[in-house]
Amino acid sequence: MPKITYVHPDGEMHVLEVPVGTSVMQAAIANGIDGIVAECGGSMMCATCHVYVDASQLDLLPPTSSIENDMLDATASERRANSRLSCQLVVTAELDGLVVNLPENQI
Amino acid sequence: MAGAPVVILGTGQGGFQAAASLREEGFAGRIVLVGEEPDLPYQRPPLSKAYLAGALDEAMVRLRPKSFYAEHAIGFLPGERANGIDRAGRRLRLASGGTLEYDHLVLALGARPRRLPIPGVELDGVMYLRTLADATALRHRLPLAREVVLVGAGFIGLEFAAVAAKLGAAVRIVEATGCVMGRVVSPPVSRCFAETHARWGNRLLFDTGIVRVLGADGRATGVETVHGEVLPADLVVICIGVVPNVELAAAAGLATDDGIVVDDHLLTADPAISAIGDCARYPSRFADGTTRLESVQNAVDQARCVAARLAGRPVPYAAVPWFWSDQGELRLQIAGLTAGHDRAVLRGDPGEGRFSVFCFRAGRLIGVESVNRPADHMAGRRILAEASELTPEQAADPGYDLKAHAAVLKGGRPGKAHSRPQTLS
Repeated sequence: MPKITYVHPDGEMHVLEVPVGTSVMQAAIANGIDGIVAECGGSMMCATCHVYVDASQLDLLPPTSSIENDMLDATASERRANSRLSCQLVVTAELDGLVVNLPENQI
Repeated sequence: MAGAPVVILGTGQGGFQAAASLREEGFAGRIVLVGEEPDLPYQRPPLSKAYLAGALDEAMVRLRPKSFYAEHAIGFLPGERANGIDRAGRRLRLASGGTLEYDHLVLALGARPRRLPIPGVELDGVMYLRTLADATALRHRLPLAREVVLVGAGFIGLEFAAVAAKLGAAVRIVEATGCVMGRVVSPPVSRCFAETHARWGNRLLFDTGIVRVLGADGRATGVETVHGEVLPADLVVICIGVVPNVELAAAAGLATDDGIVVDDHLLTADPAISAIGDCARYPSRFADGTTRLESVQNAVDQARCVAARLAGRPVPYAAVPWFWSDQGELRLQIAGLTAGHDRAVLRGDPGEGRFSVFCFRAGRLIGVESVNRPADHMAGRRILAEASELTPEQAADPGYDLKAHAAVLKGGRPGKAHSRPQTLS
């Protein structure tokens, strides 16, 4: 199974084995990783599953949709060039080794 | 009762969040979460959307895995309910027998579907949609259903109808009023949704209701409307709103008024009892006086507010209400409460299915309804949070930069029209 690494702002890391087809957000919630709130459950309504993707891996990801782009403007922690909503990052074999950094705040 | 736990009654979004937020706030005392349902707390929104459509499995709707509760020292008592509150003794009488003492009690009792008291509702094939069990039963039946009658064109009903249409059922929607979602949205949004459902083939019957469910061999075969029309149906889904669960509070002598009455700190008249979410009526600057809201945002933000208070950081509850609904390609997002507006300003084009309605009362923005315009929604939420002045003229001007207007607020200069850079206008 692809491994996804979640890095907290204090540097603490969690590595999860995530089934293909599961989103980075869903895996975090299902494994009780703090730092991803996902208030709307993955509907791109709340922008509380914000992550910073390792810059070298951005090209592996599906493009940002216009809805996600709009929602990213409203994240609680600052938006950066590598900001994504983790509910939109569905894990594939190619994403094995993905590293996502969790922001200071989600709400 | 010093040493007694904070007891949270109800394991919906609000109850779960109260427990989780207490720990996030550093609350070190005991927490017991008590719920009637047999299993772990779950998300409700997907039940009428992705879960119903079969796109999400059950594990994915759980709010957290079982291990979360042990790791955060949250006692979890499923399949249990309280039959009474002994306020003087600060203890609950449990349905299974025995009592449970509390230091503080959080009532997160939610709401239950309003039942339709007509003949035939006991027939097989007549269903409600509120719990995971309801949704699971419905998702097994829906792919087999050919003719569906939905009673009630509110959010939940229409979300169900969107899924049913996509699965190929012939859907008839029976609505008591003259429009869809009329209690919560403005006419342009209501029209857009009605037209879209019609385009999917869903037939809308307005200003009518059903007087009986018809059946044969114990199974529903159709409904009869108040106008005498018979609509065939092998599945009848009743979504006519919910009734807040106030009985326990009322029996304990707490004030209720279509909801358990609380103050701006979400506290009842008993300083040891709070109420949050669908079951709570609270004072809101976004409403005329008090309101009771049925939404995830309301439940979880109120839970956070109570958790902060119990952890020693009391703040009045002041969050901007927001709501959403997903129906097919339509994404509706609402910020604020738009009922009672006296002026509605359109931004975008309803014909293209991308527009917002900015609702004003006495010149003040009170809410924004957005269809496939998330940027308007997020700007609206921020503007409402800061009680900023957005004029109807600005809202109506497609060239006016709402995002910049909201960003100025984010930068810590809220609400002062004169402090906005000239470049905004």
